[in-house]
Amino acid sequence: MAGLKGILRGILRPSLPPGELFGALAEFATPAELYHACEGVRDAGYTRWDAHTPFPVHGLDRAMGLKASRLPWVVLVMALGGAATGMGLQGWVSTIAYPLVISGKPFFSWPAFIPVTFELGVLGGAVGAVFGMFAFNQLPTLHHPLFASTRFERASDDGFFISIESWDPRFDADRTVDLLRRLGAKEVELVPSFSEPAKPGDATTRATP
Amino acid sequence: MSDPGHPSAPSSARPAVLRAASLWLPAGHSWRRLPMIGWVLAAVGLGGSAALGLASEAARRQLWHSWLVGTLFVLSIALGGLFFVLVQHATQAGWSVVVRRIAENAMATLPFVAALLFVPLLFGMGDLFHWSHAEAVKGDSLLIHKQPYLNVKFFVLRTVMYFAIWWALAFWFGRLSRLQDATGDHELTRRMRRASPPGLILFGLSVTFFAFDWLMSLSPEWYSTIFGLYFFAGSAMAFFAFLALVVIAARRTGLLAEVLSDEHQHDIGKFLLTFVAFWAYMAFSQYLLIWYANLPEETVFFAHRIVGSWRAASAVLALGHFVVPFFFLLPRSVKRNATALAGASIGLLAMHLLDLYWLVMPNLHPAGMVPSLLDATALIGCCGVFLAAFGGALKRQALVPLRDPRLPESLIFENV
Repeated sequence: MAGLKGILRGILRPSLPPGELFGALAEFATPAELYHACEGVRDAGYTRWDAHTPFPVHGLDRAMGLKASRLPWVVLVMALGGAATGMGLQGWVSTIAYPLVISGKPFFSWPAFIPVTFELGVLGGAVGAVFGMFAFNQLPTLHHPLFASTRFERASDDGFFISIESWDPRFDADRTVDLLRRLGAKEVELVPSFSEPAKPGDATTRATP
Repeated sequence: MSDPGHPSAPSSARPAVLRAASLWLPAGHSWRRLPMIGWVLAAVGLGGSAALGLASEAARRQLWHSWLVGTLFVLSIALGGLFFVLVQHATQAGWSVVVRRIAENAMATLPFVAALLFVPLLFGMGDLFHWSHAEAVKGDSLLIHKQPYLNVKFFVLRTVMYFAIWWALAFWFGRLSRLQDATGDHELTRRMRRASPPGLILFGLSVTFFAFDWLMSLSPEWYSTIFGLYFFAGSAMAFFAFLALVVIAARRTGLLAEVLSDEHQHDIGKFLLTFVAFWAYMAFSQYLLIWYANLPEETVFFAHRIVGSWRAASAVLALGHFVVPFFFLLPRSVKRNATALAGASIGLLAMHLLDLYWLVMPNLHPAGMVPSLLDATALIGCCGVFLAAFGGALKRQALVPLRDPRLPESLIFENV
């Protein structure tokens, strides 16, 4: 039971390094401003940060300096593993576990095993894509410190945000906020690590003047 | 020409205004000589084939089989172009507008292929098709049974119908596309969209029966209902290999530098990979059912193709037409690398040629492959006709649909 509780706690509250401050959150007016700000944050050498937009912005991965996703490798390995399982299971059943002559064909009649091999390969690839994406994105995460900001709700509507986490080696509350302002942020706020979830209508938490 | 409402990367390096001169084949560009080169190749190849083929009866039989392989090779690329244009309109695709004119130029070769390559083939019917001889039909109950369909008159009539359908589709879609260059009328895009789904149905039926007639009836006792799709899958793959080569060559020679990008090349690479897999799916589906049922009148097709050196050709097809290119084309980086994609495209076009050779030639050389000089001359001649017609179309019109309403979307297209 203790194990289950631990897992549940992990899902509800992502493991964060110690510290009272989660990081800085900056809002930008347009995708274009966000795009250029991302280039600025990238060039300033930050590594633990993210951009949040209501829709995909083409080229943002380059502006953020993100490396190619590792997900394709997960999909490839899972697809090949699924295909190998399909072929292996049928081959084992037909030659070792329960050899049976079917329409006079050899026990190991590989062409007959291809459809199942193919389908299990597709299944493995699809499962790898979905759950690999979950794993890389640390989903499901039911709560996140950024939810403390009421302004951040607009990330799913019409707001464009950059969040820089406080445990980034280059993070310094004053200088990071300063950088984000210089990059054209409309608003910058510091977000605490632990807080009660904001209720609708609350004033924005700890907005910097 | 950038769309201000589009949430795309504002740092796009491509210019906001395209120079009109860069959208036409410039004077002095090497591609302007394509028609001349093509006609020379056609004259040398087809003339040489005719000279060699008239030497003896055996040479004449070889001539028509080689001619058929070469003709199908260029026809399949032209048909792939027609299919591409129809699908882009039916799906209202935005990304592909900048490469659609290349496909339109490929399908514009259809009348030339019909007149210069298929009309002569009709004279070779006696050498190609066993069932076209009345005395052969007499002693064969299967052929007697199939005679209402497989007879010379109906066969010629059907062939004329196939080309009439393809030519009508290619002509109509090409004409409206050019008309839009002049008028910029958006209604033309709507008309092409409305016509494309019925066009696709006509295309699918005509290609299926064309493959039945011109390839499957080479061994008239044999049948496979998936055969039309098998031919179509190889044709579409060959077209995407051709399209990739044209796009890469255009960028290398400085054509459409502001228009074509790695993003378009990447998408063509994805299509190429898709049709490599689709061909394998069709080829294996055909094989699996025939192998499993194990009926002599069906297995005869594969029995003829595991004899002598045909066995090696079958193995090369399985590896070179599917296994190797499938894994080679999987990574994103390969599809975005011009050299790698061009290499894969050349290899796949060679495999497509081997595929057609493998379909046709066992009927002439059942014991194993017998390479002939006529294979080379006929292929050179057929490719010459295609290049000449394609190059002529390139010169006649702009290289992209100038005033297509989705051109701006296509110009700034990026893969997510």
